[in-house]
Amino acid sequence: MSESPVTTETAGAEAPAPLGPWARMRRRSLRHGSVLFGGFLLLAFVAIALTAPLLAPHDPYAQDLTKRLIDPVWSAKGSWAHPLGTDQLGRDYLSRMLYGSRVSLIIGLVAMTISGLIGTAMGVAAGYFGGRVDHVVNFVVTTRLSMPVILVALAVVAIAGSSLVVVVLVLGFLLWDRFAVVMRSATRQVRDLEYVTAAEALGMSVWRIVLSEILPNVLGALIVIATLEMAHAILLEAALSFLGLGVQPPTPSWGLMVSEGRKVMFFKSWLITIPGAALFLLVLAINLLGDGLRDVMAPEGRG
Amino acid sequence: MLGFLVKRLALALLVAVTVSVVGFVLLRASGDIAVAIAGEGATETDIQAVRQQYGFDRPLPVQYVEWLGKTLSGDLGRSVYFNVPVAQLIAERLPVTLLLGALSLVFALALSIPLGVVAALRPNSLLDHAALWLAVFGQAMPSFWFALLLILVLGVWGRLLPISGTGSLLNYVMPAIALGYYATPAIMRLTRAGMVEVLGSDYIRTARAKGLRTGKVLFKHALRNAVIPVVSLAAVQFGFMLSGSIVIESIFALPGVGQLAWISLQRSDFTVVQGIVLMLSVIYILLALLADLFNAWLDPRIRVA
Repeated sequence: MSESPVTTETAGAEAPAPLGPWARMRRRSLRHGSVLFGGFLLLAFVAIALTAPLLAPHDPYAQDLTKRLIDPVWSAKGSWAHPLGTDQLGRDYLSRMLYGSRVSLIIGLVAMTISGLIGTAMGVAAGYFGGRVDHVVNFVVTTRLSMPVILVALAVVAIAGSSLVVVVLVLGFLLWDRFAVVMRSATRQVRDLEYVTAAEALGMSVWRIVLSEILPNVLGALIVIATLEMAHAILLEAALSFLGLGVQPPTPSWGLMVSEGRKVMFFKSWLITIPGAALFLLVLAINLLGDGLRDVMAPEGRG
Repeated sequence: MLGFLVKRLALALLVAVTVSVVGFVLLRASGDIAVAIAGEGATETDIQAVRQQYGFDRPLPVQYVEWLGKTLSGDLGRSVYFNVPVAQLIAERLPVTLLLGALSLVFALALSIPLGVVAALRPNSLLDHAALWLAVFGQAMPSFWFALLLILVLGVWGRLLPISGTGSLLNYVMPAIALGYYATPAIMRLTRAGMVEVLGSDYIRTARAKGLRTGKVLFKHALRNAVIPVVSLAAVQFGFMLSGSIVIESIFALPGVGQLAWISLQRSDFTVVQGIVLMLSVIYILLALLADLFNAWLDPRIRVA
């Protein structure tokens, strides 16, 4: 990250003239440290999630009470049979970690998609139409922001019953505020540009203008917010599961694993450090990718 | 200014009413309260009696208006589990949460403002990058995990701090760090951006040209202006901290509002949960209102728009 400003600038200077904006951006991102690092790390997590059944040495749900709390391989009593040891129910910790990546990624992706659709629709409408629509959206966003997210999410999950689907829906329907705010200002910026006015003069329908003129030009900001909100959703799911009102056992959610390991954390600290570190790395990867993409797409905006 | 004031107050009021509707719906969606109030072993006639006594058989809008009237007069209902008024439960526990929030904010400001200033003074220096990395790492750390790591490192291995309870102010140190660090990246970035902008402005150049000492230029002229947006961000972050306290209080066994919410959720005591949601929302609405008014007072351009 430390050399990024220099590399991005030289990339722009070296780029031959006929490259389009997307091609230029692709070039810049390939030289941007945090985009590369975050992107590769995220790809690694996705690869693990996709191939978890092949990678996992054991069934993540198989309990063996004769093999409870086996130490990981790096401690004196560990063995390669269970590289990360086992939990209180004798389940292989590595297998549970590998499968846990699926829970985090699915929740992050689906919640981000739902909140992205809601927030983008609201933000683009507010930015494009302005006036009364803008006031209404502003009011709805202010209302949403004034409600304590964690508590409302916990309450809804407690009422609706906790399952993966409920958690995803609750997060998706709660986390659209940043999408709305950013899409609104991005849309306002392009709303009065010549090509939008031209499209209006041509008599294009509002739908076509939004889909073919506005959205492609606010896509950059949208991608950045999408990464940040995905990270946000993953952290919130982990917190909900940690508090016991998220994903339910025996599903291997990393937040839930920290909560289960907490009871023996003073003697078996790896049970909380490993899933916590995985969450940290996943969120770090997504944030780095998002931060880097913001730099790549608007290098002049960097202070 | 008056026009702005009226408009902003109206918005705050409208938001508060909407939140109250959400709170009301949440409570009604949580199940049949009459059954909960009647208690275990109640017959169908008992439940019917409760329904009539509490007016649950009337149309929802009528119930809402009546409920709103009660809420405004400070009657938030009774906790089914504790069997005491919700308002009293919250009042007993609010000081702990407010103290935790205040200490977390102090920690966040004490860490992020100096870092932001130093980073702004030497852009792209090693310190600037270190501060940026700290922000990136801070944002990626799950707060409950950070809290548990603090307990392990400072409480169990280092034996420096107590790991739970409220015996002394020392009990608040780890919770305040765990809750406050999450706000540091945002405040640091805003301080840094504000300082970079102010330091490049004409009046700072003038102050320097006058021969003022660097320290005076920095603190009297630059930081004062750069810190203005930080004040409103800090107000909003304080609101977020109060809601985030549910995780931290339950980990450190601090008997505050957050822990009360968590206990009540586990016991399906939704009257209490609803009371806490309302209270936290109202605090946030007031903080956001104060922050906006403060900004408008400082910057005339806002109140005209």
